[in-house]
Amino acid sequence: MLSPKRTSPTLYRLVALLFLLSCAASLRAQDWFKTETSSGISSIRIAAADFKPLSADPQTIGFKKTFDATLFNDLSNAGIFDIVSKSLLPQSTPGAPPEINLPQWSAAPTSASMVAFGGINVQGGKLVCNGYLFDAKNLQYPQVLAKQYSEDASDDAARQIAHRFADEIIFRLSGGSQGIAETKVYYVKIGGGGKEIWAMDYDGANQHAITHLGTVSLSPRISPDNSRLAFSSLDKSGFQIRMFSLVLNRMVNFPAAGGTNLSPAWDPNGKEIAYSSSRSGDPEIWISSPDGAAPRRVTSFSGPDVSPVFNPRTGAQIAWISGRTNLPQLYIMDTDGSAVQRMTDGGYATSPSWSPNGQFLAFAWDRKYGPGAPGGQDIYVMEVATKRWIQLTHDGGRCDFPSWSPDGRHIVYANTADGSAAHMKVWTMLADGTQKRPLTSDGADMPNWSWK
Amino acid sequence: MSAMHTVTRKAFIVIAALATIGAATGCHKKASGVDPNSLGPPPAPPSAAPTATLTADPLAIDLGQSVVLNWRTQNATSVTIDGIGEVNLNGTQTVTPSTSTNFHLTAKSDGGATEASVRVTVRVPVAPTAPAITEGDMGSDAAFHQNVQDVFFDYDSFELRPDAATSTTQAASFLAAHPAIKVVIGGYCDDRGSAEYNLALGENRANAAKTGLVAAGVAATRIRVISYGKEKQFCTEENESCWQQNRRAQFSLDR
Repeated sequence: MLSPKRTSPTLYRLVALLFLLSCAASLRAQDWFKTETSSGISSIRIAAADFKPLSADPQTIGFKKTFDATLFNDLSNAGIFDIVSKSLLPQSTPGAPPEINLPQWSAAPTSASMVAFGGINVQGGKLVCNGYLFDAKNLQYPQVLAKQYSEDASDDAARQIAHRFADEIIFRLSGGSQGIAETKVYYVKIGGGGKEIWAMDYDGANQHAITHLGTVSLSPRISPDNSRLAFSSLDKSGFQIRMFSLVLNRMVNFPAAGGTNLSPAWDPNGKEIAYSSSRSGDPEIWISSPDGAAPRRVTSFSGPDVSPVFNPRTGAQIAWISGRTNLPQLYIMDTDGSAVQRMTDGGYATSPSWSPNGQFLAFAWDRKYGPGAPGGQDIYVMEVATKRWIQLTHDGGRCDFPSWSPDGRHIVYANTADGSAAHMKVWTMLADGTQKRPLTSDGADMPNWSWK
Repeated sequence: MSAMHTVTRKAFIVIAALATIGAATGCHKKASGVDPNSLGPPPAPPSAAPTATLTADPLAIDLGQSVVLNWRTQNATSVTIDGIGEVNLNGTQTVTPSTSTNFHLTAKSDGGATEASVRVTVRVPVAPTAPAITEGDMGSDAAFHQNVQDVFFDYDSFELRPDAATSTTQAASFLAAHPAIKVVIGGYCDDRGSAEYNLALGENRANAAKTGLVAAGVAATRIRVISYGKEKQFCTEENESCWQQNRRAQFSLDR
């Protein structure tokens, strides 16, 4: 069963999780599984040299430090590299190809297969960066990648250039997988008695407010082209779908409907949004165009229907949460409301996110929900075709709102260690549950990863 | 009494004025269908004694409700109702007496005068309630919350419990007695579970409370629902008594 996947290491890297689920085939519904490196495939060992400042002014040194730290983090966060610890790097800092002595980098203790290096400088208000990726084992033709970047000099530009260079390296070495270093995470910031929509870079840097509505705004969902942000906001008539244009940097109109309107979700071509609306009395899943036109109802069962998400691969299916049999369960259906399939077999399941390749659903699940039950709400991933699942978080308090990265190898989610809403933070992890780390401090919830 | 009559008299004047305006503006186009000259001579002045009937529908009301007075006369030249004043020869009038009242009509003509009367009984609740509320006044929050009490739900449920049925009945009769009141029902959930699902569940809870009131006779148009899910909490401790406080449908005056 495993052999077809072992013959294709490229495919393996692309969909590491599929491989791991296949490994776990005989261990259906177990709550532990092997990490990537323990599965017998070694990651590429890469060294990220400190970049060489081509002038000694303090400004350049400052940008260089930001760049070095960001590049190192991006490569180690990618989850496909064995990155060489900074303390094991050679003393030299090559700024250009003639300055690198490759055997120095391929020899122990560095033992790098790949080396990223280059020079950085400020020229006439521009931050100029030359980045190289060399194959340390190929002494004759070592160059894999050479890039030059030039941006108006700022600390943020240094960070963005590092993100773009990291994405180039990841794209080249992962066999075509788009990096995520330039992606954003939108989330809900709790504070001052209200909740506003905020945004940050994928690594938690550059946290800033998007909305200033002075009310409770929830469930930010970024459009596939990064132009619009749909969310739900409380006004005098209850929660309504709202729309913010990131191009115009202001709210744009979305017509108010009756009842409570919640949890918008974009279809992968950005032409429709699905959301929960109780305009007909009972909360049901509705689909309309992104300006609210041509609304149509998709579900019709008594009880809460909420949190829809399109299959990003096909756009033809919706996963959502329904309370039609009391406790909320995860369901999928076609976008016309047919072919309804219940996915979870009990407990309390919420907040689905569909993996970019269409194969998996991440969601929050409390499998032993009930008064006095010892259950915790954790993040799970289920393979849609087989309904086999794995648990990604354990005993770390309440987890909710998983959201896949565009490359399908990371999941961002919300966690509160002590269960209190005020202590909710946004975390990130690899899609196999490893490398968990917080991106924000207390008071951040409902993360949503951009599509690109 | 006198205040009520002043109100009804004013209302009558307004209606009469509107009728005059209507006759002067909108109606004259339609008059072309009838030639006044073809109607023949006016009827001879009545010389017989007038007759009169006065009815009220319903004859008994709860405090705050309205009654329609309906009178018909023949051969009369002027008709007055005590407390209302001079009225049309035949007509109807809606009144909202605050106590049981005898409405007394006098019809006069050259041939004499006749009287008719009807008694409207106003049932005033014996239990202490809000001060008499007249139309257009929503009354006090205290009186509202005393009579329209929040209902509570089991976990992950939006079904009205048996204990909610009692308070719904009480709330419905209070609202029936105070037709000016509009209600907003807030749906709330405890802070366990997921925010989006709880907002949908809160909507179902508020709707269940609304359905209870509508089934008890309150017009659906008087009720608005808003779900707050777990976004607003009455109690923030992590125990069952606190969670129970948060699983509710809260009634408020919709001002």
